[in-house]
Amino acid sequence: MAGRWYEPRGLPRHALDSGHWLLVAFAGLLLIWSVAATAVTGVHNVDAALAFGALIAFGELLRLNLPGDREAAPIATAGAMAYALVLRIGSEPARTWPSQVVAVTALAMLIGALPHLAVGRPAKLTAMSARLVAVACAAAAFRPLANAGLIGSRWWTQLPVMLGVIAVAWFLESVVTALIRTDALRARFSVALGDELRVQFPIAAATGASALLIAFAAEVMGLAAVLVFAAPLLVTQVALRRYAGIRATYLQTVRALARVTEIGGYVETGHSARVSRLAVAIGRELGMPEAALLELEYAALMHDIGQLSLRDPVPGGATVLVARDEQRRIAEYGAEVIQQARVLDSVADIVRRQSDPCRPDGRFQPPPLSSRIIRAANAYDDLVGSSTDSSRAAEAVARLRLDTAAEYDPQVVDALGNLVSPAA
Amino acid sequence: MDKLSRIAWLYVGAAVAAAVIVVVKGPYAGLDWSQIGVLGLLLVACESSATLLNARNLAWSANTMASLAAVVLCGPVGAALVSCGTLFGLRRGPSIVQRMFNTAMYVLSAYLAGRAFLAFGGHVGTPGQSSFPGLIGPFAAAAVVHVAVNFLLLHGVFWLTREPGDASVRGGLDFKLWLTDLGYGAFGVLIAALWSVLGPFTPVLVLIPVFVARWAVAQFAAQQRAYEATVSALCQAVETKDFYTRGHSERVSRGAVMIASEIGMRPERVGAIRYAGMLHDVGKLGVPTSVLQKRGSLTDDEYAAVQLHPMRGLDMVREIGFLDEALAGIMHHHERIDGKGYPMGLAGDEIPEFARVLGVADAFDAMTSDRSYRGARPIPEAIAELRKWAGKQFDPAFVDAFVAAIERDGWTAPEPAPAGEPLRTIESL
Repeated sequence: MAGRWYEPRGLPRHALDSGHWLLVAFAGLLLIWSVAATAVTGVHNVDAALAFGALIAFGELLRLNLPGDREAAPIATAGAMAYALVLRIGSEPARTWPSQVVAVTALAMLIGALPHLAVGRPAKLTAMSARLVAVACAAAAFRPLANAGLIGSRWWTQLPVMLGVIAVAWFLESVVTALIRTDALRARFSVALGDELRVQFPIAAATGASALLIAFAAEVMGLAAVLVFAAPLLVTQVALRRYAGIRATYLQTVRALARVTEIGGYVETGHSARVSRLAVAIGRELGMPEAALLELEYAALMHDIGQLSLRDPVPGGATVLVARDEQRRIAEYGAEVIQQARVLDSVADIVRRQSDPCRPDGRFQPPPLSSRIIRAANAYDDLVGSSTDSSRAAEAVARLRLDTAAEYDPQVVDALGNLVSPAA
Repeated sequence: MDKLSRIAWLYVGAAVAAAVIVVVKGPYAGLDWSQIGVLGLLLVACESSATLLNARNLAWSANTMASLAAVVLCGPVGAALVSCGTLFGLRRGPSIVQRMFNTAMYVLSAYLAGRAFLAFGGHVGTPGQSSFPGLIGPFAAAAVVHVAVNFLLLHGVFWLTREPGDASVRGGLDFKLWLTDLGYGAFGVLIAALWSVLGPFTPVLVLIPVFVARWAVAQFAAQQRAYEATVSALCQAVETKDFYTRGHSERVSRGAVMIASEIGMRPERVGAIRYAGMLHDVGKLGVPTSVLQKRGSLTDDEYAAVQLHPMRGLDMVREIGFLDEALAGIMHHHERIDGKGYPMGLAGDEIPEFARVLGVADAFDAMTSDRSYRGARPIPEAIAELRKWAGKQFDPAFVDAFVAAIERDGWTAPEPAPAGEPLRTIESL
């Protein structure tokens, strides 16, 4: 099964790897420890625990899917962080122990996840665990200081400490998530961490600010603050959800429309989808960041659009068998089409350069990495097609290797070889 | 707002005069100027990050948040002063007259909101622990008054400066916007409430989630534009295969939107039918070029191949999640009211509404553009043809709606195709 190795287009839901298990087990232990510890010490300020718990559960219910198969629950995170950071509720100082913060957060998250389970949407245990670990870290760092009264009584002494705690907790969550993704997607850790920080930054900023607002407002408004100050975040969340929605639709649509070449009989069924999957897997193997991978995916999906300019399809759609100049014309035309969309200029450029040989021959700059990847992936798929025969895959890689240095980028072909026959 | 009529000038002048009176009259006693300064800066920040809503320079900003916070913290006059910050918004676009009017509008809204706050028993000043929940009622009244005054003043100016047949007046001032405004106004109470704890740092913390939300909205809008442009570019690519249908999907899309708006479809559905119009013929790609461009009548086999195209199109776009109703439209756009169409032979109301709309627009564009087997017909003749076949091929209600829309807004028929221009082929490219 050659296809299996570059199949995962995100985290596979039911195939948890060791990293996932470790994290989930750790979160489970946290839950057990915190509940036990809270049972021993007794619950401090039951009303506050219920109010914050309700907010966290509500936020967990409204969790959000973000581009790149990520999950966030901004309202829940803000609520939990606020609970970890709150100094006074009304006139009464908050003396909550870290264990209680963790216990309330964990239980509320579980409750918030129940309705999702009830309608058959599986809980993403890893994402939930990462969030819990971040909150636990914040609580463990901040509560002892606050309970001992060590961070002053005015906002200009309190705020820097709180900001620091939030930033560290966010960084920790990103590191954990990046580690998990490295494991699951065969990405590089540094790249995965960069992507994670970039994607999560706006949400983390909004969540952190809201957590601080709730924590400070609890002093003036009491527990009503919990309710009132979740409102700004609700607005943010609605906006983010719409954004994530259109991003998903966009990709879906390009995927669907890229099949015009298949319907028109220009290429073999499934060719665009296979090439894009393989190209993205190679790009990830070579350490490309997520934004570049998305462009690569669009370009790979649409790399054959130029063939629409042909009156009659190339036999079998195999552009690898067509003369170089004709390939270039097809690519040029495809790029023109994509350029009409005005927003995908770099994608158009990738498509335009896809048929250029990898070695610069004086006249041309070497094509961008994405073009070289698509060139190799396309050639591989033209040779192998939908076949899952591993000897055929090996033969195809061997044939591409013969042409490396002149035609195909050796690095790309190596990555491709690793992907399709990992044993070698 | 380039050339204002006399009444519009009077209207704008009156608003500005009223605002000046409010600001000048005072009283200024007991105002905390540093607070007004900070809130003014907040307002300038909101105003500067306004989102443009349409071509007529209607922009939406979160000003309400700052002016309502000022209502609670500084009272009506203070709020009016804070709203003067609108004048200094760092944003290109509005002309000086627009700026003046916008400022006057916000000053008046803030002042009247402040009056309403007092009338409902609100106390001006930094709220403390005892102010809640008593503050909520008067604040809500103030917020409603602010949004209502804003709404009325803006509608006034749009009504006075409207151009005949200007659809953006309807589209731009939609009701949801004012609900959003009310929602952002609620942030005002948060700023006021936190002032006693965080002082001037409050607006910074409140602004972060707001700005992230605005960032997400902007990203959403950009993505949506990108999306439309991409779909349309891909549709054009498909059309290169058949020279005679160039621009067809774009025009059918436009026609379908005209019908849909005319019969008062909800905006989401109008959006969906626009995509359905663009994509309705993608299945033609599966039909051999020789058949599409054939002069003269088709053989049975060729006709069967043509009849397959709605299903082919459906196959292709089925995976696009949001297009549920559009899918039905694409699949059935060649059905006829009398049941003699394809692919299913549905009749009357069995045909999905989208398909009936698309059928009218599709046939009209086919008649008014060149085809390989005949030239384009003039618009009046095509309308007569639509009328003639209404009830047999077309849904009469949609024919009427389309004709009404064309008579009001006009229709741009495609340029006649230059004779004999060859298709781009690999040899000639």
